[in-house]
Amino acid sequence: MNFLLELGEGLRIALEAIRANKLRSILTTLGIIIGVVTVTLMGTAIDGLNRAFMQSIAKLGVDTLYISRTGWFVETYEDWTRLRTRPQITLRDVMQLEKEVHTVLAVAPIVRSMAGVKYRERSSQNVSIVGSTDQMVLTGGLGIETGGRFFTAEESDGGRPVCVIGSDVATNLFPRLNPVGKQVKINLRPYEVVGVLESQGMFMGAFSLDNQVIIPVRQFLTHFWHDPDFEIQVKVGDVARLEEAKDELRGAMRKVRRLEPGDADDFAINQQEQIAERLRVVSATIAAVGLFITGLSLFVGGIGIMNIMFVSVTERTREIGLRKALGAKRRTILVQFLIEAAAICVVGGLLALAIAWPVTLVLKHFMPAQLSLPLVGIALLVSALTGLISGFLPAWRAARMNPVDALRNE
Amino acid sequence: MSLICLTNIARRYVMGAETIHALRDVSVSIERGEYVAIMGPSGSGKSTLMNLLGCLDTPTEGTYELNGENVSDMDDNQLADIRNREIGFVFQTFNLLPRANALRNVELPLIYSGMRLDERRERAREALQQVGLGDRVTHKPNELSGGQRQRVAIARALVTRPSIILADEPTGNLDSRTGEEIMQLFARLSEAGNTILLVTHEESIAAHARRVVRLLDGRVAADEAKGGDRSPEA
Ligand SMILES: Nc1ncnc2c1ncn2[C@@H]1O[C@H](COP(=O)(O)OP(=O)(O)OP(=O)(O)O)[C@@H](O)[C@H]1O
Ligand SMILES: [Mg+2]
Repeated sequence: MNFLLELGEGLRIALEAIRANKLRSILTTLGIIIGVVTVTLMGTAIDGLNRAFMQSIAKLGVDTLYISRTGWFVETYEDWTRLRTRPQITLRDVMQLEKEVHTVLAVAPIVRSMAGVKYRERSSQNVSIVGSTDQMVLTGGLGIETGGRFFTAEESDGGRPVCVIGSDVATNLFPRLNPVGKQVKINLRPYEVVGVLESQGMFMGAFSLDNQVIIPVRQFLTHFWHDPDFEIQVKVGDVARLEEAKDELRGAMRKVRRLEPGDADDFAINQQEQIAERLRVVSATIAAVGLFITGLSLFVGGIGIMNIMFVSVTERTREIGLRKALGAKRRTILVQFLIEAAAICVVGGLLALAIAWPVTLVLKHFMPAQLSLPLVGIALLVSALTGLISGFLPAWRAARMNPVDALRNE
Repeated sequence: MSLICLTNIARRYVMGAETIHALRDVSVSIERGEYVAIMGPSGSGKSTLMNLLGCLDTPTEGTYELNGENVSDMDDNQLADIRNREIGFVFQTFNLLPRANALRNVELPLIYSGMRLDERRERAREALQQVGLGDRVTHKPNELSGGQRQRVAIARALVTRPSIILADEPTGNLDSRTGEEIMQLFARLSEAGNTILLVTHEESIAAHARRVVRLLDGRVAADEAKGGDRSPEA
C-alpha cells in the first residue's frame, strides 16, 4: 500500500476520531498546551531580550568605554556601601585624563540631572539634563538633525547658555516650529537651542534617549549641581584596540587619582560587554526555567496522551480487527494511531499558539517581542514529536492485535 | 485445481492445562463458483473454520491452499495481503465504521490495496449499486436499517472482486424477512459467478446453498450436494 495514501487515510481517521471526542481530546492536550505555551513565550522573551539588547548595545557603542566611580553591576549591598566611600570623579579628573591619554578618539565628562524644560506656554517635565563638552557628540556617536549643530568647544569651555535637545523634547515643545535658534527655559534659565538630536529610541526598553537636553558642563555645574560624580565617556575609535585602550585608561586614571602602586583602583571601566554578559546570564536562566517547565508539562502531557491513546485503542478493538480483516497491515495500523496521537498533540500545539499569540502582543509593549515563524514551527514540531513518542506504545499494541480476537471483542 | 483445498487441518487452543480441539483432521475442497453452507451445533468449530479460510488465523496442523498458494505458513503481512485480494468478509454484526458513510465503508478495502481515489469511488459506487443501495451512498450506518447495513457490508466484501465471499451468520442479527432478502442477494451473487461460503445454523438459510458441509465436534460429519448438478468430495 502506498505510504502517502496511508498517511492521508491515517490523518482522515485521526481527525474523525478527534472530532468525535472533542472535549476529551482537548482536555488531554492540556499538558501539551502548557508546554508549548511555555516554550513559545520563553523563546519569544529570549528573542525579545536579545533584540532589545542588540538595539540598546548599538547605542552604547561597541568601542565606547565608560569610566565611573563604581562598576555597572554591584552585586551586594556591602560592595555598594564600600564603593560609596570612593572619592567622586570630578571635572578636574576628566580634564587631566583627557591630557594623559593620546590614543583614543575622544573623552567627554557626563553628568545628569532632571529638570523641567519650557518654551513659552509649552513645557516638558522630567527631562534628563546632561552636562558635557563638545566631545560628547563623538563619544556618544550622536547624530544631529540637519539645520542644527552640536555646541562648539568655545561654547563648551565658555559655559555658554546653549543646548542641544532630544527629539522628544523637540516635538513636545515645538510641535510646528523649527527649534533651532529658539530660546527654551531650563529650570527658568534661558538657553538657546543650537541643534536637535536624531531620534535614538528607548534604551533597554526602559527610558527614552530622546527625552534629554545636553548643555555645556560648566552651565550644569553653575546652575544644577556643584560637585556631581562624573562619568567619563571614552570613544576608542577602533574595536580592535579596546583592550589596549582600557590598559592605557587605567594607568592614566590611576595617575590622575594619585594612587600608589599597591592601591586598588578607585574607579571602574565599563563597557557594553558587561551588559552582554548579564544578558547572557538572564537569557540562560529564562531558558533553563522555561525548558524545565516545558519538559515537565510535555512529559505530563505525553503520559496523558499515552493514556488516552490506550483508551482509544481499546475502544476501537473491533475497528482494528475489521481493518486488519480487510487487509490493513501492522504498519498501517501503527501509522494510523501514531498519526492520531500526533494530530491530537498538534491540535494542542495550535491551541497553545492561539494562547501565546495575544500574550506576545502584550509583551510587545515591553520588548521587541515577536512570535517568529521558526518558533511556531518548533512549537508544532515539539507537539507532534510528543504525540509520536507517547503514542507509540498504544499504537504498537493496536498494530499487533490478533484480528480474530479483535473482531470477537465486544 | 480447486479454489480452496484444506488437507488434514487441525486447530487447537491451549488453555492452561487443557487443550481444546476446535477442528480435527478437516479436509475440504471448494471449487470456484460454489455456494456452500457450513452448519453445525454451537461450538462445533464453524467460526474457527471460517477464520482459517479467511486467513485471519493459521492452522495448528495441515495445509491450506488458496488459489494454488499455500497460505498455512505465511506471515502476518502476507496474510493481510491475501485477505485484501482474495477474500470478502460479511459479519453477523455488520462491522461498519460508524462515523463513515456507506461509500467510505465500501471503499475501505480498496484503500488498503492502494487504489487511486477516483477509481476507488467508482468501484465502491458500483458495488453499492449491485446490492441495491445506489441511492444510499452518503448515508451513515446509523441512518440505515439492519438489512441495509448488511447490504453495505456485502458491497464492501464485493468491491475488491475477491475469489471468495465468507459470511459468518450473515442473517443472525436480522429478522427473518430481512434475512430472506439478504439470502436472495447472496443467491443472485452466486448466480453471477461469485464463490460464497456461509455459516449458519438455520436449515432454512442453508437451503439456499447448493452444498452443505456439516461439522460436529470439530470434524466434518457430512458433506452433501443438492440438486445433483455438483458433486462434493467426501
Ligand atoms: N480463541 C479461542 N480460545 C480458546 N478456545 C476457543 C477460541 N476460539 C474458539 N474456541 C473454542 O473452539 C471451539 C469451536 O468454536 P467456534 O467459535 O468455532 O464454534 P462455532 O461453531 O462457531 O459456534 P457458534 O455456533 O456458537 O458460533 C469452541 O469449543 C470454542 O470454545
Ligand atoms: Mg460461530
